[in-house]
Amino acid sequence: MRSLVIARFTFREAIRKRMVLGVLLLSVAFVGLYAFGFHAMRDNYEARLHSSSPMMLGFGVYAGMLEQLGLYVVNFLGGVLAIFAAVGSIASEVDAGTLHAIVPKPIRRWEIVFGKWLGYAAMLAVYVALMCASVFLTGQLIGGYLLDNTGPVTGLVVLVSVLLLSLTVLGSTFFSSVTNGIVVFMLYGVALMGGMVKQVGEFLANTTLTNVGTVVGVLIPSDTLWKLASYLVQNPGVAPLSNTPFGASVPPGDGYVVYALAYVAAAVALSCWAFSQRDL
Amino acid sequence: MSGRVAGVTEHAAGGAQVEGRHRSLAIYTEDLRKEYGSKVAVEGLSLEVERGEVFGFLGPNGAGKTTAIKMMNGLTRPTSGRMSILGLPLGDLETRRRIGFLPEQFRFHEWLRADEFLDFHGQLYGMSRAERRKRIPEVLELVGLEERARTRLRAFSKGMLQRIGIAQALMNDPVLVFLDEPTSALDPIGRRDVRDLIRELRSRGVTVFLNSHLLSEVESVCDRVAIIKEGRVAAMGPLRELLGRQHAVEVRASDLPDGLLDELGRRYRLLESPVSRDGLPVSFSVALAEDEVPELARMLVGGGARLLELTPLQRSLEELFVDVVQVGGDR
Repeated sequence: MRSLVIARFTFREAIRKRMVLGVLLLSVAFVGLYAFGFHAMRDNYEARLHSSSPMMLGFGVYAGMLEQLGLYVVNFLGGVLAIFAAVGSIASEVDAGTLHAIVPKPIRRWEIVFGKWLGYAAMLAVYVALMCASVFLTGQLIGGYLLDNTGPVTGLVVLVSVLLLSLTVLGSTFFSSVTNGIVVFMLYGVALMGGMVKQVGEFLANTTLTNVGTVVGVLIPSDTLWKLASYLVQNPGVAPLSNTPFGASVPPGDGYVVYALAYVAAAVALSCWAFSQRDL
Repeated sequence: MSGRVAGVTEHAAGGAQVEGRHRSLAIYTEDLRKEYGSKVAVEGLSLEVERGEVFGFLGPNGAGKTTAIKMMNGLTRPTSGRMSILGLPLGDLETRRRIGFLPEQFRFHEWLRADEFLDFHGQLYGMSRAERRKRIPEVLELVGLEERARTRLRAFSKGMLQRIGIAQALMNDPVLVFLDEPTSALDPIGRRDVRDLIRELRSRGVTVFLNSHLLSEVESVCDRVAIIKEGRVAAMGPLRELLGRQHAVEVRASDLPDGLLDELGRRYRLLESPVSRDGLPVSFSVALAEDEVPELARMLVGGGARLLELTPLQRSLEELFVDVVQVGGDR
């Protein structure tokens, strides 16, 4: 398939970008710090077990909490990487003129856009999966504690970044890189805010706030997906983070996964259509 | 309007024949038009480029040349008009497989090595790994970059980038190549190399569509040219014929009566303004077709001037270009 030529090329190009290299270095630093923190937490827990004031809750609660926070960071980094890697995926190549030698080739315009999306999506999937795995492995190796639902949670966090990627690619067919970066990042921020508004609404039993949060979560479902993932991570008995932005007390329905997949498909289809209409 | 009507009857009478002719052409456009909002970039471009010829596409900046080439390569969508490339609509992917294109504002992915870059473009053409492996050294040699296969494009000079751009356009061994300003960044040796390359392509039966500001270059390689002005074809034909048609004479005469020069200026285009002094002969040249020369002589002699010399001038493409662009088109 011709899109695969573009996808492979995009993947190779993406991992050569300096920005991506920066994210990778930061990620390694994050994993190092995370492992160090986890280690310190375990030592602290064990020390207090034998002291006069032992911890009230089981080790799993603390380990789960720390892993949930770690996954939240991974979720955030995946989103940031998605936005910044693809922010100029169409616009900057149009401006630079690199597409002028590609579009006349025997390849459909939609295959170019789809191929680029696929290349970035593959890169994000690899990145997010590795990061999630390092969070899980840290818990397993250092604390001897393995979270439930590691597969579905990884899938959901990958889906968050792919969703933001799709929005970014779509924006890139309309806006310049800078404008697109600002627009998508603001939308991402609005989604986070929407999730918090919804939690506050639920906490206060305020229908208006809850509805506002729900609507935002439908328009940009990135945070909704995270809530779903975090609910899968949380300890079903004791979940201290359930009323914070890092967790969820009421999980969004599983239908949101199907919805998010349809959302991604629609954004990609719209990007393909917009690019095929465009004069270069 | 009359041309359009004639076209319609032609279609009605012998549609199959007309279609057959389009099929045999390398490029056919009819009333191709492009508007950007209220701005008209290409007014109504009608071109016919034969297979196997080197076709020069000329015109001043802003005449719509680049827009026209973009339309022919599917970068830009025409507002209206008809077009076929190698006998088929441009959307046809099999047709595009046989076309090479060097864009004007080309910038390539500079993190690639020259051979990786060509490999990528070969993949886009749908070439197999074996075909690409065989073809890459060939095109590198064609453009004189065989020593640079493993150099990153980032380290290339402007001229080398232009050469690798040409190599990219030849990867698929095309039957039709569009070269948009292929020598703008090249030094004199590079230009000569490209001229030789174009001749080489012609000898192999490749159609070359060349957009260039370097008229001497066009003059030396092109079989036919079109001069574009304000988005329309102002002159088109075999180079030799065009240079002959837009021909000029130099006049040396004395005793020109007042007003005769003005009258000449209204009728013909004076190429240099003469300075008229009493008694002394003046020289000036006039652009006009060959069959208008007797009438010019009659005007001069009949007007009372003493005609001393009337010399036909060998016109260059540059003079023709200036002529067509400043006044011409009203043939």
